[in-house]
Amino acid sequence: MRALARAITLVERRDPGVRELEEALRTGAKSPGVAGFTGAPGTGKSTLVDAVIAFLRNQGSSVAVLATDPNSPFTGGAILGDRIRMQRHALDGKVFIRSMGARGHLGGLSLATREAIRLLGAFGFDQVILETVGVGQSELEVAAVADTTVVVLTPNLGDSVQMIKAGILEIADVFAVNKSDIDGHARVVAELRTMMNMAPKTPWRPPIVPTIATRGDEEDAGLAERLLRDGTPYRTAEEILDRTDN
Amino acid sequence: MAKVAAKPVRIVVAKVGLDGHDRGVKVVARALRDAGYEVIYTGLRQTPEMVVDAALQEDAQVIGLSIHSGAHMTLFPAVVDELKRRDATDIVVFGGGIIPDDDIAALKKRGVAEIFTPGTPLQEIVDWLRKRFPEQTRKP
Ligand code: B12
Ligand SMILES: Nc1nc2c(ncn2[C@@H]2O[C@H](COP(=O)(O)OP(=O)(O)O)[C@@H](O)[C@H]2O)c(=O)[nH]1
Ligand SMILES: [Mg+2]
Repeated sequence: MRALARAITLVERRDPGVRELEEALRTGAKSPGVAGFTGAPGTGKSTLVDAVIAFLRNQGSSVAVLATDPNSPFTGGAILGDRIRMQRHALDGKVFIRSMGARGHLGGLSLATREAIRLLGAFGFDQVILETVGVGQSELEVAAVADTTVVVLTPNLGDSVQMIKAGILEIADVFAVNKSDIDGHARVVAELRTMMNMAPKTPWRPPIVPTIATRGDEEDAGLAERLLRDGTPYRTAEEILDRTDN
Repeated sequence: MAKVAAKPVRIVVAKVGLDGHDRGVKVVARALRDAGYEVIYTGLRQTPEMVVDAALQEDAQVIGLSIHSGAHMTLFPAVVDELKRRDATDIVVFGGGIIPDDDIAALKKRGVAEIFTPGTPLQEIVDWLRKRFPEQTRKP
């Protein structure tokens, strides 16, 4: 496990030595399924990821999480706090959680994300879950990296519509309307439906899944299943990039 | 653009045991972020095993513990021992909280690198880290 953690550090540092390691590991490595969670800060991404880990573990998959938070543009430092929400999986040997600083890279993920996913595959992880920085404006990168992109919205955020304008609508394979225990969730769902009806017709109409991530166990199964099944990969990164360009 | 150090020092910070005093650790976490460190905050009620496991997964060079419960003579050594068990004694353990001077001396003998008690200026903590990891710290 330490070898994997070290290797991720090397790709984060863009250390040239990691090439060799990757080549050595690539033989026989499978590529893991990748789900990405994006949305504004505080919408419940980490809490949802926690529930999805539980679901995937129940199915017998090993799960790795790459959770990105921003570094301060002034000092370069960061507080990486996503792990707090996933502590119930702490001593599960088949769950690996890594917090990454975006280190100034725009797009919502660490520059090292793709390589880290490859490493996780080489170390035998079945599923990788990405959590983006959560600034909510320019985080389209996740869609190009993940098989399934879950866009998380909540009631009372005020910026849900703004996010949709910023191109997030185009990258969603699934919408999670989280905090559905709070007033106003029905309005978010209605707003989303309206936006989708106005948008050009696309082959995939992202399902809208109301979630209450804090409900934990009882919620895990249904929630994660719908998030991941309904959002089964159906298009390539190129198709997504095509669509977000215009 | 962010002036991120090429190799920022990563520090796992945790409250171990049954202890809800998290003001100090949050203040320290923020100060460390502002000094250019990547701080992974793992929250309340951690066990020594959880802290060490997190530090290994996060490839942290440092573990910072915060203890106000009086259980420091058990918990600090437990983390040091767990690091030994996991073959990771290169990870530096330090911390703070309500810890009497006599206990600090004993803890240092048990492998804890440094302890900061209430009222310590945050700059003192940062300066200590800078001295400990000079090569990996961003030049201001
Ligand atoms: C505020 C406070 C509370 C608040 C906590 C709020 C919160 N969310 O943090 C509340 C009211 C909830 C509370 C409750 C209790 N408290 Co109280 N509390 C305090 C008090 C007054 C101040 C603590 C504080 O926040 N200081 C400010 C911060 C910035 O300072 P600090 O935490 O010491 O951190 C500094 C250093 O210690 C160090 N540091 C701390 N952590 C870390 C980590 C790292 C990595 C590093 C490098 C440095 C570092 O750096 C910081 C900067 O200088 C202290 C008394 C005191 N003077 O310390 C008692 C005190 C800590 N509490 C005490 C007690 C007994 C309790 C209760 C058990 C009381 C009860 N019977 O119910 C409960 C327990 C609650 C629980 N679940 O754990 C005792 C502990 C006695 C002991 N261990 O021997 C104290 C010392 C009071 C006393 N004199 O008896 N408490
Ligand atoms: N009421 C309610 N709160 C939630 C729900 N999901 C998450 N939260 C809370 O929202 C806050 C932010 O959650 P977090 O997962 O850290 O959000 P992130 O910043 O998007 O990763 C936390 O206090 C969670 O407990 C939910 O379904 N309902
Ligand atoms: Mg989060």
